[in-house]
Amino acid sequence: MELILALGIGVLAGSGVWLLLRPRSFQVIVGLSLLSYAVNLFILAVGRLRVGAPPVLQAHAVADPVPQALILTAIVIGFATTALFLVVLLAARGLTGTDHVDGEEREP
Amino acid sequence: MTPWAHHLVIAPVVLPLVASALMLLFDERHRTVRATINVVSTFALGAIAVALLRVAEAAPGPAAVYLLGGWPAPFGIVLVLDRLSALMLLLTSVLASASLVFSLARWHRAGVHFHALFQFLLMGLDGTFLTGDLFNLFVFFELLLAASYGLALHGSGSARVRAGLHYVAVNLAASLLFLIGVSLIYAVTGTLNMADLAARIPAVPAQNRMLLEAGAGVLGIAFLVKAGMWPLCFWLPPTYAAASAPVAAIFAIMTKVGVYIVLRLWLLLFGAGAGASAYFGADWLVSGGMMTLGFGLIGTLAARDLRWLAGFAVLVSSGTLLAAIGFGEIAVTGGALFYLVSSTLALGAFFLLIELVERGRMDGSVLAQEAVPEERDGIAEVEVGAATPRTVAILALSFMGCALLLSGLPPLSGFIGKFALLTALLNPAGMGGGGAVPPAAWALLVLLVLSGLTTMIAMSRLGIRAFWVPSEQALAQVRMIEIAPVVLLLFLTLALTVEAGPAMRYLQATAEAVHAPQSYVRSVLSMDGA
Repeated sequence: MELILALGIGVLAGSGVWLLLRPRSFQVIVGLSLLSYAVNLFILAVGRLRVGAPPVLQAHAVADPVPQALILTAIVIGFATTALFLVVLLAARGLTGTDHVDGEEREP
Repeated sequence: MTPWAHHLVIAPVVLPLVASALMLLFDERHRTVRATINVVSTFALGAIAVALLRVAEAAPGPAAVYLLGGWPAPFGIVLVLDRLSALMLLLTSVLASASLVFSLARWHRAGVHFHALFQFLLMGLDGTFLTGDLFNLFVFFELLLAASYGLALHGSGSARVRAGLHYVAVNLAASLLFLIGVSLIYAVTGTLNMADLAARIPAVPAQNRMLLEAGAGVLGIAFLVKAGMWPLCFWLPPTYAAASAPVAAIFAIMTKVGVYIVLRLWLLLFGAGAGASAYFGADWLVSGGMMTLGFGLIGTLAARDLRWLAGFAVLVSSGTLLAAIGFGEIAVTGGALFYLVSSTLALGAFFLLIELVERGRMDGSVLAQEAVPEERDGIAEVEVGAATPRTVAILALSFMGCALLLSGLPPLSGFIGKFALLTALLNPAGMGGGGAVPPAAWALLVLLVLSGLTTMIAMSRLGIRAFWVPSEQALAQVRMIEIAPVVLLLFLTLALTVEAGPAMRYLQATAEAVHAPQSYVRSVLSMDGA
């Protein structure tokens, strides 16, 4: 369980960072999305991993609800900002005529 | 405090929320209604901020701890009002009122939803200054960022969209770092309430300390991106230069949000009482702040127009503040707070002024991008016409005022701020108390004096180009409603100069309270939700 989660976070974060550093704006947005998945899984991991534990309804050995609340908030906010970024991306594509993040193609 | 007055603490968050929700009921054709709601709400926020400041001034410790829903402190959500947050609330309201009045002349017609986004931005700012836990800090921070994305793009045009793309991408990445930092801190301490964190951090066992400091470091990066510390600041000058004038003016406080959070969290969590982690990262703050200052002063010299100059002046200001905070001395922090107030007002006035000065020389393409197509004719035609000598005189005087404030020359408050800062730096053991001056203090002194000089050089160079030009390139006519906010902001700095004594006492008391967080911790944790 721990190994799978750690590998998942690592792969997501690694690909996210790589894509974030690419010159095309669509790659950047996909990179940011992957990074946010990695971060969400990471938050889940810091709340300690427990399989089959009940929520806070019982007194002992419960799953920590705070990271879950944090993830939920992060997902909602990430969703909104990604949508907004998509709009900016489309506007930039329309106004500058290229999908390069700097708005102009580098001379080869 | 009466029970009714107690609920005033949450008003800076609720009022903008209600106002912006109300605006959504009216579509773009009812712009006057929206503008009225915005003006009423912003001015009411100003009045509330003044009331809260008076409450905060009267109380010895934090003036009010507001428990949302009445849940007791480490479990529920708290808002905390103390001197520092009251000061930031008032500063936000003043700047917001000025830039709003300015925008009513024409800028609010340049795009949709300006008023709603403006109120959301205020809500995010006020919430960030009031919140007492990291979770809500994240929420309010995202709220203000989301509104700022919309406002940065206000008016559209390829320069804005291009700079906005970088701004959004950098800040989204920084938000992810914020989450990583918060979750690491939570993993070690098991709480997100700031007061509770401050109480628990001294007891963190040695093997977990590295994880805690890593979390705090990652969290710090997220705020330093916002504050514009070198090398995290390359997004800032283009974004501020491209943003429309009223938006840039209100953005002048956004870098101060980063500075505020660093000041609050760093001294609360890693102050003198933090055990083995006391003053963790102080060297990084000092050296990073000085690098920012150096980068900013080179940038001001290199700037070829006023907008870029203003962007780099923002960097100079936040570099000074970060370095001064990093010293961790009460007197230095007090001086830094005075400098914060003065430079924020000056930068806000400067951003507004630049647009008025440059309007006459704006080529058609810029104007065309600023206005919505169907209204372009109406706006552009009215503004044409040369300025009267009186207008030119007011503009030039305001420009001179900004130059004095930003470079820190007497007689305006920029000088007092810098002077207080330098005096405190050179007298570590109190006035006339002797004591060795650390080398970092000398370095900061040299950089501060140098930054004043370069700002002066750059301002006079660009000022000559703007004002002493042949008449065919003369300044355009400006309206009363546009110049009044600039003059008002400058008058406020003048008032700050005249009333420097009381202001400085308040700010020193603020600095002392920030440096001794025990009373903050005690008053938050002792609330039982009754």
